[in-house]
Amino acid sequence: MNLLPEPTLNSYLVLSAVLFAIGTAGVFLRRNLITILLSIEVMLNAVNLTFVAVDRYLGAVDGQIIVFFVVTVAAAEAATGLAIVIALFRHRETLNPDAFRTLKW
Amino acid sequence: MDALFFWLLAALAVIASLLVVGQRNPMYSVLLLIVSFGALSGLYVLLGAPFVAAIQIIIYAGAIMVLFLFVVMLLNAQHESQVAGYEARFTGGSFARRFGAALAVGLAIELGWAIRRLQATPLGGEGRAASTVYDIGLRLFRDYAFAFEATSVLILVAMVGAIVLARKEGS
Repeated sequence: MNLLPEPTLNSYLVLSAVLFAIGTAGVFLRRNLITILLSIEVMLNAVNLTFVAVDRYLGAVDGQIIVFFVVTVAAAEAATGLAIVIALFRHRETLNPDAFRTLKW
Repeated sequence: MDALFFWLLAALAVIASLLVVGQRNPMYSVLLLIVSFGALSGLYVLLGAPFVAAIQIIIYAGAIMVLFLFVVMLLNAQHESQVAGYEARFTGGSFARRFGAALAVGLAIELGWAIRRLQATPLGGEGRAASTVYDIGLRLFRDYAFAFEATSVLILVAMVGAIVLARKEGS
């Protein structure tokens, strides 16, 4: 008796797609700069999961190395993104992206 | 046993990610995202990639999320505020919201459709040992040496950029 099907490559890809869609929905729907950045992290993680799953399928380590690079770029993105958020917050006292519609103030 | 862990961790990752996006308080969002990262880290172990699992915990949950927590606490902006007055009139918030929701649903449907067309592929490599840090290191510092060095420059640029951007003007 097997209630739970063995995970296949497809299960991992579907999980990754679901996570990516959740992240995209977050970027589109939320009105808070910090939550938008967090949603981007969710999307990056979904992509990482795809890389590692396909890596296992192909029996290589290249995907894991690319995940390493993705994590590095995510760290750089978080640092600069949060610095921009702090700079914006100083000007407008809000985190709502709709408040920042002018290029100059 | 693997199947049980897979479905548990997958459910945990999806639920935590949904709550990250659904939360109004960014503090809870950050903490829930750490839960999601933990679940993904378990999945990496199941996939035979312990190095990536360790990176996920140490760098993502340990470093990047702490950075986010610092900023959330520093700004002390607990809840999403509505933009009042004339700002709201011009942005048409509800239309943009609905359009964004439609796009997200469309993306989900399209992804599901694309994946349904795939044949069920076994994961393979049952007898294979988990990839070791030794294998990854050899490949990283031989074939990907240039990319590795480029990454270090990127980190340096990001660091300088973050300091310049977050600095108070005039100081």
